[in-house]
Amino acid sequence: MADRFPSPFEMPTPPGAEGWQDLYAYSSVFSEDRREYEESAFWFMDGVHSPEAIPPWDATIVEYALIALSQYNTRHYVIPPARGVDIRILNGYMYLSPVGVADPKEIEARIPEFAERAGYYFANWDQLYAAWLPKVRALIDELETISFSPLPEREDMAVITEGRGTGSALDLLSTYHRLVDLTLKLWQHHFEFLNLGYAAYLDFFGCCKQLFPSIPDQAIAKMVAGIQVDLFQPDDEVKKLARLAVELGIADRFSGDAPAEQVLAGLRGDPQGDKWLAAWEEAKQPWFNFSAGTTFYHSDKVWLEYPDIPLGFLRAYIAKVQRGETLERPMEAVIAERDRIVDEYTDLIDGDEDRATFQAKLGLARTVFPYVENHNFYVEHWAHSVIWRKMRDLGRVLVAADFFTDVDDVFLLSRHEVSEVLFDYYHGWAVGAPSRGPKYWPREMERRNGIMNALRQWSPPPALGVPPEVITEPFTVMLWGITSDSVQQWLGGSDSAGGLSGFAASPGVAEGPARVILSADGIADLREGEVLVAPLTAPSWAPVFGKIAATVTDVGGIMSHAAIVCREYGLPAVTGTAFGTKNIKTGQRVRVDGNAGTVTIID
Amino acid sequence: MAQILWFENYQSADAPELGGKNASLGTLLGAGLPVPPGFAVSAECYRKALADGGLTGEIDALIAAVDPRDTASVAAAGERARALIGALRVPADLDDAIRGAYARLCEQCGDARLPVAVRSSATCEDQPDASFAGEHDTYLWVRGGDSVVAHVLRCWASLFTDRGIAYRLERGYRQHGAAMSVGVQQMVRPRAAGVAFTLNPLDGDRSQIAIDASWGFGEAVVSGEVTPDNFLVDKVMGAITRRTISTKTLEYRLTSADTVTAVEVEAERQSVPCLTDDEIAAVARLARRAEKHYKCPQDVEWAIDGAQASDGEQSVLLLQSRPETVWSRRPRQAGACNADPITSMVQTLLRPSRGTPDGGC
Repeated sequence: MADRFPSPFEMPTPPGAEGWQDLYAYSSVFSEDRREYEESAFWFMDGVHSPEAIPPWDATIVEYALIALSQYNTRHYVIPPARGVDIRILNGYMYLSPVGVADPKEIEARIPEFAERAGYYFANWDQLYAAWLPKVRALIDELETISFSPLPEREDMAVITEGRGTGSALDLLSTYHRLVDLTLKLWQHHFEFLNLGYAAYLDFFGCCKQLFPSIPDQAIAKMVAGIQVDLFQPDDEVKKLARLAVELGIADRFSGDAPAEQVLAGLRGDPQGDKWLAAWEEAKQPWFNFSAGTTFYHSDKVWLEYPDIPLGFLRAYIAKVQRGETLERPMEAVIAERDRIVDEYTDLIDGDEDRATFQAKLGLARTVFPYVENHNFYVEHWAHSVIWRKMRDLGRVLVAADFFTDVDDVFLLSRHEVSEVLFDYYHGWAVGAPSRGPKYWPREMERRNGIMNALRQWSPPPALGVPPEVITEPFTVMLWGITSDSVQQWLGGSDSAGGLSGFAASPGVAEGPARVILSADGIADLREGEVLVAPLTAPSWAPVFGKIAATVTDVGGIMSHAAIVCREYGLPAVTGTAFGTKNIKTGQRVRVDGNAGTVTIID
Repeated sequence: MAQILWFENYQSADAPELGGKNASLGTLLGAGLPVPPGFAVSAECYRKALADGGLTGEIDALIAAVDPRDTASVAAAGERARALIGALRVPADLDDAIRGAYARLCEQCGDARLPVAVRSSATCEDQPDASFAGEHDTYLWVRGGDSVVAHVLRCWASLFTDRGIAYRLERGYRQHGAAMSVGVQQMVRPRAAGVAFTLNPLDGDRSQIAIDASWGFGEAVVSGEVTPDNFLVDKVMGAITRRTISTKTLEYRLTSADTVTAVEVEAERQSVPCLTDDEIAAVARLARRAEKHYKCPQDVEWAIDGAQASDGEQSVLLLQSRPETVWSRRPRQAGACNADPITSMVQTLLRPSRGTPDGGC
């Protein structure tokens, strides 16, 4: 077995993707300038955020996410053994390299600072967290106020009479920069609590494993999990709408497979239909700002713009209501079960001292956990949806100015290039002479689309460079679920025995024909009783969990979306198998053991 | 004191006359656990039979003369004592009582020649609960009144196995205080059987139930003649947290001669799990009930009744439960977790793979 992964400098450019480096920031690609450092480091592919080749503008959000994570570790909380997470783009794929603190003396020296800084947050968590949501809601409100419009033929007379002394182009440029800065700010807010939240959760996790070495991971998750989780609210809204449709006697109006537009138009004008439409409209804000993808791609479909997605789920729920099934999660039973689990483990602890420690750590984990569970809706789903929408508005301005032929062309530019394009547009408008863009960009877009298509065909290796003997960097393990075992598995290639292993993410054992789904567009193909095999799942896939038998993912740990949703639906799940979508073929019969974390290919 | 005590009528005051094993069966049955029915022949019967046969003084003298450091002397005294007891006549009234109780058990179970286990259950004045596990004899698949009576006598004699004598000498128990009660209990023909610990014997994890299971009668597992399948079940979640399927080459099975014998397992069954997931769960629940009853970790013996449907809870029987001794005797290690959140968080961050999800088992 090899002891290292290929060097990033050995990786060939996929045919047709020559020149891909120009699409990304000069600082985000591997280069001779940092070769010595880059070749000695360990890089893993970030399948959690960007499972496919990422368009240049979209890379902005991943870069902002990682820079924010890094700054909190390194500069805010002084996490003793960890600095930031370095990032490179290779052939359009994101590779990450966590930077640890190697010197034990330095780690030791950082502990008091961490204790003071992180300790302050833990001691004042409720008060600080109370300020978080208003802060992010205000930021989203500000994002919503952003508007881009074409530069006017003449400046308004008011600009003259009020003596403003500035013009529309400055607004256009500064509004774009504000959008970019708000995106960075959003991600700084995101990491204000996240790593501390995970650390407290993992502290409880570690305590449980000390007390009960064989305790199943999902038992720990169940003790901490919240009862009302905002991330499940979009799904709950669709359930409410399904019930309402049945109650109002209009369920039949949703039957068949007519597109959403037609179904919604058909409801308009009669009292029952209007009543339902009013409820639908109310649910949309904010809950339909819900992405069917990882939220890190502009092409991820958001319910608000693709009402066919929630409508498909709605139809399935209506059928369930009509069959007399309950859609609600049995809250009282869920709470009673959670209490039972806590009580029984507490009783099994020998000694008052350990019991008190267990209770205190459980208390802190429950205090921090609402953030871990809920932030994802506000930051990734809601705010990202608004950012993609506003960027598309800007794309429309540039299409109108003949720079682009397609609104989405704007995402083939890096965030810096957008500034240059706006300057070119401004320049032509100000001077009254041709901008270069209308000739330059259509040609360039054709080239870039060709490059992106070539990059999408490439199959990225799971890792590059030299792996450490043992993965000790906490965030690699905590956030990406990558352990020494996964590295060994990657180095050994796929398992030969027709099996895979991963995280025992949701208990139970199930068998069924596999359905390999590589993107959200494929989820409509899922049939009753199939085993969903995907690179990862998004929370908005929740409704398909009503008909599948089990879930297998390539990436993610026990706190991944697939894991959380499967526990919710009582389905077995094995996450982080690395090779699930590669080794399993649609139609093959597989056995998913969510207790042991194994997947067996039966035929 | 009655000669015959039915397990179903057991009361704790009976314990000194019944020995640890029989008392335990009575207690478990009383707690509503699925223990096969049966009865005990009280220790007083043993003492009376010896007295009637004029052996009490002779045997006491024999044992008193033993040099505990000299195994040959132990063996000679044991052989002589066993021969003396083996030649005894069971007093007529007791003979009748045993036959009568056996007949009643046969009737109760609907089999005129009901197979029973005849088990030694030694008592000791010094240590009423001493359970002398494995020191004395147990006879499986005994049928018919004659045979039951004969095996009661053999159990009495087994009070003086070399192991039994040596054990009492080692522990400093007074030899003449030792007596033998005998249990007679319905036997089933198990499809699979084994033992279960209500903690993980490898690390003392109290949240787990460890099950060792193999084909046929449980003797193969208890004696260690077979490498059993091993399952670990979480008490609270009921999840099977680990499963190791072994190659089970040998099983104790009922032969055509109506005896229980060790035979080789057919090749195609050797590596097949001997329990279904439902049966694993049922065994775990049973062990947990025994533990909850005794309020301390237990070491239980169980069997799956081959005559019952495989998925029925009724198919799992409890044959024995005694306190787990290895981990329960260890001084408890307090402070398994660091109480200070910051200090332990730093530890977690320094060794993330120890305290974090690591991809199952």
